[in-house]
Amino acid sequence: MILEAIVQLGQMIVVLALAPLLAGYVRTLKARLLGRRGPPLLQPYRDLLRLLRKEVVLAHGASWVFRVAPYLVFATTWVAAALVPTFATGLLFSYAADVIAIVALLGSARFMLALAGLDVGTSFGGIGSSREMMIASLAEPAMLMVVFTLSLLAGSTQLSSIAAFMQGPDVGLRVSLALALVALVMVAIAENARIPVDNPATHLELTMVHEAMILEYSGRHLALIEAASFVKLLLYVSVIACAFAPWGIAVAGQGFAAYLLGLAVYAVKLAAGGLLLAVFETAIAKMRVFRVPDFLGAALMLGLLATLLLFVSRVA
Amino acid sequence: MVLEGLLWCVAALLGTGAAAVAVARRRTATALVYGISLCVTTAAFLAAVASLLAPASLGGTLTLPIGLPWLGAHFRLDPLAAFFLVVVNLGAAAASLFGLGYGRHEESPGRVLPFFPAFLAGMNLVLLAADAFTFLFAWEFMSLSSWALVMAHHRRPGNAAAGYLYLLMASLGTLALVLAFGLLAGPSGGYAFEAMRQAPPAATVAGVVLVLALIGAGSKAGLVPLHVWLPLAHPAAPSHVSALMSGVMTKVAVYGFVRIVFDLLGPPSWWWGALVPLLGGVTAVMGVLYALMEHDLKRLLAYHTVENIGIIFIGLGLALAFEANAMPAAAALALTAALLHVFNHSVFKSLLFFGAGAVLGATGERDMERLGGLIHRMPLTAFAFLVGCAAISALPPFNGFVSEWLTFQAILLSPALPQWLLKFLVPAVGALLALSAALAAACFVKAFGITFLGRARTPAAGEAAETDRWSLAAMFALAALCLLAGILPGYFIDALAPVIQPLTGTNLPRQNELDWLTIVPVAQSRSSYNGLLLCLFIALAAGLGAEVIHRWASSASRRSAAWDCGFPDASPATQYTAGSFSQPIRRVFGTVVFRASEEVHIPAPGDARPARLHVRLRDVPWDTLYLPAAGLVSYAADRLNRLQFLTIRGYLTLVFGALVALLMVLSVWQ
Repeated sequence: MILEAIVQLGQMIVVLALAPLLAGYVRTLKARLLGRRGPPLLQPYRDLLRLLRKEVVLAHGASWVFRVAPYLVFATTWVAAALVPTFATGLLFSYAADVIAIVALLGSARFMLALAGLDVGTSFGGIGSSREMMIASLAEPAMLMVVFTLSLLAGSTQLSSIAAFMQGPDVGLRVSLALALVALVMVAIAENARIPVDNPATHLELTMVHEAMILEYSGRHLALIEAASFVKLLLYVSVIACAFAPWGIAVAGQGFAAYLLGLAVYAVKLAAGGLLLAVFETAIAKMRVFRVPDFLGAALMLGLLATLLLFVSRVA
Repeated sequence: MVLEGLLWCVAALLGTGAAAVAVARRRTATALVYGISLCVTTAAFLAAVASLLAPASLGGTLTLPIGLPWLGAHFRLDPLAAFFLVVVNLGAAAASLFGLGYGRHEESPGRVLPFFPAFLAGMNLVLLAADAFTFLFAWEFMSLSSWALVMAHHRRPGNAAAGYLYLLMASLGTLALVLAFGLLAGPSGGYAFEAMRQAPPAATVAGVVLVLALIGAGSKAGLVPLHVWLPLAHPAAPSHVSALMSGVMTKVAVYGFVRIVFDLLGPPSWWWGALVPLLGGVTAVMGVLYALMEHDLKRLLAYHTVENIGIIFIGLGLALAFEANAMPAAAALALTAALLHVFNHSVFKSLLFFGAGAVLGATGERDMERLGGLIHRMPLTAFAFLVGCAAISALPPFNGFVSEWLTFQAILLSPALPQWLLKFLVPAVGALLALSAALAAACFVKAFGITFLGRARTPAAGEAAETDRWSLAAMFALAALCLLAGILPGYFIDALAPVIQPLTGTNLPRQNELDWLTIVPVAQSRSSYNGLLLCLFIALAAGLGAEVIHRWASSASRRSAAWDCGFPDASPATQYTAGSFSQPIRRVFGTVVFRASEEVHIPAPGDARPARLHVRLRDVPWDTLYLPAAGLVSYAADRLNRLQFLTIRGYLTLVFGALVALLMVLSVWQ
C-alpha cells in the first residue's frame, strides 16, 4: 500500500518532470535533422520558468473562464497522465480511471481550452476553437476504437491489465494490433497538434489551430497551458509504449531494482518515441486544414477495422 | 398506501389545473399554481424515492371503477414505475420552482397556468397506469395538455405549424400504441397489464409489437426519423415547459417502450437487439449533427435531446440483445446504463433549458448569433449553464460521463454474443456513440461559447440582467445534482437495482461497499471508474498548481486590449459566430448528411455591395419521407373529396355496398 502510494507519487512527479525534456528533445532532434543546431535540451524548462515570472496581460473582455481554464487544463491533463502506467503498473489509483476515462479527461481539458479560446471574442481564438473541436470530433472516436480493440483483446479497459496482457504469451501477431497502432499514432499526432495536422512551431496565423486558440494567453497562464501540452505529448507516448511495447515495465511486488530498471526502460522508450516523431515530422509536410478530416477519418476507419478484424482473426 | 398517495397527488394537480382556469387572471395565480405544483410534485418525488429505496413497500395495486365499464382503471406501483416517477417529479418540481420566477413574465398566463399542472398529472398517470386503456388515456391526456402548452404563444410565427405537426405525430404514435396493445391483449381482450404479462404473444406477433412500440414510443421520444416534430414543438413552449417536454416527457416515452418491450412482451428475439441499437446509434449521431447546425439556442437543445434519446436506446437495445442470448449480467449492465442516462439526461437537459429560458427572459433572444458576453451580465446563470454543458458533453467528473461509460462497458461485452450480425454491428454502434459524444462536446462549446463568452453582439445582450432567485435556485439545485450523480454514481446505480432485477432477472454487483465509492460494473480486473477520486485529484492538482504559482512565481496581472495578432477590431461582428464555429463540421459531415451546399456571391471589383454567403441544408428525412407522405395524403384527400358531393342514391348505394363488403369479410373470416 505504502509502496504503491510512493510509486503513484513518483509517477506524478516523473511525468511532470520529464514532459518538458521530451518536448525539448524532439525540438533539438528536429533542428539537427534540418541541419540547424537548435535550442538546448533544457530550453522548455527555461521557457516555462520565464513565463512563470512574467505578469499576465488579460484582455478587457476576459471572464473568469479565461483565468480558470489554464489551471483546469493543466490539472486534468496531469491527472490523466498520472494514471497511465509509465515505468510501473499497479499504481495506487489506477482503478480510479480506465482508459476511456483518461480519454474523457483529455476531452475535459480540451473543452475548457476551447471555451477559453472563445472567451475574449477575437476571430483567431474562434478559428482555433472551432478547428480544434472539429479535429477532436474525429480524433476522439478514433481513439476510442483503438481502445475498443485493445480492451476486447485484453478483456479489460484498465491500462494496467492491457499492459499485462500484451506482455503475456497469448497475444501473438495480429493484423488488428497493427491497424490499431497505426490509428493510435495518427490520433496522437493530431491530438498533440504535430505536423502534418498542425505545426507547434508555426507563427503563421491562418495555419494555426492550437496556437490560435491560446493566442491571448500570457505569463503564468501560458506556462500552465504549455506545460499541459508537454504532459499531453508525454501521455500519448506513454500510452503507446504501455499498450504496444510494455516490456520492462515494473510490476508491483518486484522490488526496488525493478522500478529502477522500469525507469531506465521508460526513458529509452521515450527517446525512441521522440526520435520517431522527429523523423516523421521532418519527413512530411503540413496538410491543409480540410485534409485533416480525411487523415483522421482514415484513423477512425482503421480503428473500426481493427475491432472488426478481431472477430475474424479469432475464428481462424 | 404510496400508490393512493400518488393518485391523490395526481388528483390535486388536476384540481389545481381546473382551479387555475378560474383564477388565471389574478396576479397571485402564477405563484399559487407553481407553488402548489412544487409542493405536490415534491411530495410525489419523495414518496417515489422512498418506495424505490425500500422496494418491499411496492407492489400495491388499485382498481377504480372509472374508464371502461368492464375493465375499470387499474393502477400499480412497481419499481420501474417508481424510478420513472422519481425522474418525472424531480423534473416537475424543478420546473415548478423555475416557473415561480420565470412565469411572472408570462404575457398570457391564462394559456399556461391551467395546462401546466394538468400536464404534470398526465405524465404521472401514464406511469401509474396498469391497463392499456388507462395508459392510453393518460398518454393522450399528456400529449394534448403539452400541445396546449406548445400553443400558448400561438401567434408567434411558426408555433401554430409546430403545434399542428406535434398533434399529427402524437396521433400517429398513439395509433401505433393502440395497435400494439391490441396485439398484446390478443383475441381474449385482456387489457390489464397483468393479463398481458400472463399470456405473452408468439414470436412473430411480438416482433410486430416491437416495431409498433418503436413507432409509438419512439415518435414521442424523438427517434430518427420520427423526430421531426420535436425540435419545433419543444422550443415553442415557455422555457420551463420546454424543459419538461425535453427532459421529462421524452422519458415517459422511454418508459412506455420499456414497459411494453421489457415487461409485457415476453422473451426477446435476437434481431431486436440489432434493430434497436442501430436506430439508437443513427439517432444519436443525426441528433447531434442537427444540433450543431442549429443557431437557435432552444432548438439546439431540443435537437440534442434527440441525441440523448439515441444513447438511451443504444443501451436498451443492447439489453435486448443480451437478454435474447441469456446473458442476464450483461443485460443488467446495459439496462442500468440506459436508465441511469434517463435520469442524468432529465437533470441536465432541464438545467440547460432553464438556462436558455433565463437568457430568453433577460434578452428576449433565442438566436445565438444575437447573443454573446452574457457571462459578464449573468454570471450565475452562466456558471450553472456551464455545468450543464460539461455534464451533457459526457465530461468527467459529471454525471453524463458515468452513464456513457457504462454504455461503453456494455458494448465491450458484445463479443460474447453468438450472432455474427450483432458481433459486427455492436462495435459499429460503439463508433457511432463515440462520434456522437465527441460531437456533443463541440456542440456545447458552441452553445456556451457563443452565447455566454466573447462580446455582446446586440444591445439586448449587452444590457441583460441576472435572472431571478427562484430560477437560479432551480438551476443550481440541478447543477449540484449533476456533480453529485457524477462523483457518487454508486448510490444511483444501487438505487436502480430493484428496477433492473425483475426486468433482467439479475443485478449489477452492489457498488456501495467498494473502496472509495468506485464503480465496478463487471469485475475488478475488467474496468472501474471513480468520479469522486478524479474530482478530488483535479481539484488538488489545480489547487496545487495555483498555490505554487502564486507563492513562488508571479501573481501580477494587468488588463489591456486584446492582442488578436496585433489587429484587434472593436466591432463585435468580427467575432466567431455560431455559424462560423460549426462551419468545419458542416463541411466534414454536413455535405453527406445534410447535402449542405454553400453559394458565395462576390461582387465584381469596384462594386460596393457586400459579399454574401448562402448555406443550404437539406433535412433528408423530411424531404424523403414526410413531404411525399404529405403529398400522398393530400392527393388521396382530393380524390375522396368527391364522396362528399354524391346524391342521396349514391350515398345509399355506398352504405349498402360497405355493409355487404363487411358481411363478406366476416363470413370469410369464420
